[in-house]
Amino acid sequence: MMNDRKTMKVDAIRNGTVIDHIPAGRGLRVLEILESEEDQQKDLITIGLNLISGAYGRKDIIKIENRELTVNEVNQIALIAPEATLNIIRDFEVTEKKTVELPEKIEGLMHCPNPNCVTSDETIHTRLLRVSRTPVRLRCAYCERVFNVEEMKLVGISGKYEE
Amino acid sequence: MNHLISMRDLTKAEIQQFISTAAKIEKGELQPDLTGRVMGALFFEPSTRTHLSFETAMKRLGGEVISMSGTKGTSVEKGETLADTVKVINQYSDIIVIRHALEGAARYVSEQVTVPVVNAGDGANQHPTQSLLDLYSIYKTQNRLTGLTIALIGDLKYGRTVHSLVHALAHTQPKFYFISPPSLQMPRYIKDELREMKVDFEEGEHVEDVINQLDILYVTRIQRERFADPVDYERVKNAYVISRALLQNVKPNLKVLHPLPRVNEISTDVDQTKYAYYFQQAKNGVFMRQAILSILLGEI
Ligand SMILES: [Zn+2]
Repeated sequence: MMNDRKTMKVDAIRNGTVIDHIPAGRGLRVLEILESEEDQQKDLITIGLNLISGAYGRKDIIKIENRELTVNEVNQIALIAPEATLNIIRDFEVTEKKTVELPEKIEGLMHCPNPNCVTSDETIHTRLLRVSRTPVRLRCAYCERVFNVEEMKLVGISGKYEE
Repeated sequence: MNHLISMRDLTKAEIQQFISTAAKIEKGELQPDLTGRVMGALFFEPSTRTHLSFETAMKRLGGEVISMSGTKGTSVEKGETLADTVKVINQYSDIIVIRHALEGAARYVSEQVTVPVVNAGDGANQHPTQSLLDLYSIYKTQNRLTGLTIALIGDLKYGRTVHSLVHALAHTQPKFYFISPPSLQMPRYIKDELREMKVDFEEGEHVEDVINQLDILYVTRIQRERFADPVDYERVKNAYVISRALLQNVKPNLKVLHPLPRVNEISTDVDQTKYAYYFQQAKNGVFMRQAILSILLGEI
């Protein structure tokens, strides 16, 4: 029954993106990322929390209609849900399946939690370097400390990802 | 290499180049000429010893120095941003030396200016010129860097000097002993890194357990500010004193190093022994900083 419901949800989108396999409990943080893009208020976003998933036990799932994610958003999602998959839907069909990839260098997206870090002055853009993927651990390029991603806060609307 | 910000950025070959250049300068085989060059020394946080060492190094090479020590009465106190301050000094100098209380300040500055930047200490993070002079001192006294048995004693938790030194030596197959009171142990993130790099280390509280096996004993000061209770401080302070009596059965090649200033952690009766090396270590600092300034200014 559960499985049927999940399938229905995915199929119900005409065009857009389904973010699947978000670890249970992180769906709302992913939602925060999606809402931080300024002009996206018109999007219809639906979220399923704590759904049963064979491989992951419990998972969250998010559907966004009429929009494909930007590189910036995908990278942010990789930070908090590195196991997530993206299903691109066109005309009710899954046309593409992607896994998110945590970039080696993440600029301006998250605050360094070290209060003695030079980037605690918020006019200075942060730069974090990937130390490990699972769990996600990042080194601040400035103060050189390593943090788990759970200890870090998103920068918010002004966050920019640069190659 | 454009800047010297962190030991983490240096390759083994670059470290070797710094050491061999310092050695050649000390022996008089190399005499770089920095006449007409200006070093801007920006000590946002005052540090007499490091500041004077850099100034001596630049002057011995024929260069000039402009200095700021502390921020009292400066544009910084009026609210000028760090980026603006260094962009101005950029116009006056050929190389910038910076000491700042915020971690990462030197790297940030290196991204704001067009001249080479040397990190002279950024908060609890890095102090690479100290690490390089420590390496030079170890190399000079032991004729090698590899395979040494090294104990670090004192404040291993907040001591930026020991953090960068451990990092710098991690590639040289050392055997480390970390000797400290339980409240001032080496931070976990550093021990995790050492484990990942398969570096052999042990932690302990008593230097007498290991002293006779050591090639190098690196002593650091335990600061009163680190203790909430002054009684705890007094107890710890007196338990971590290196005295002449402790050195009775040590290896003949043992050298005792200390980044200075010391308070009482090495008793003065050690100064006359052949094991004391901390004053020569300070002198080595000038040769190493001469090497660093010359290399970064493209004169080597
Ligand atoms: Zn930082």
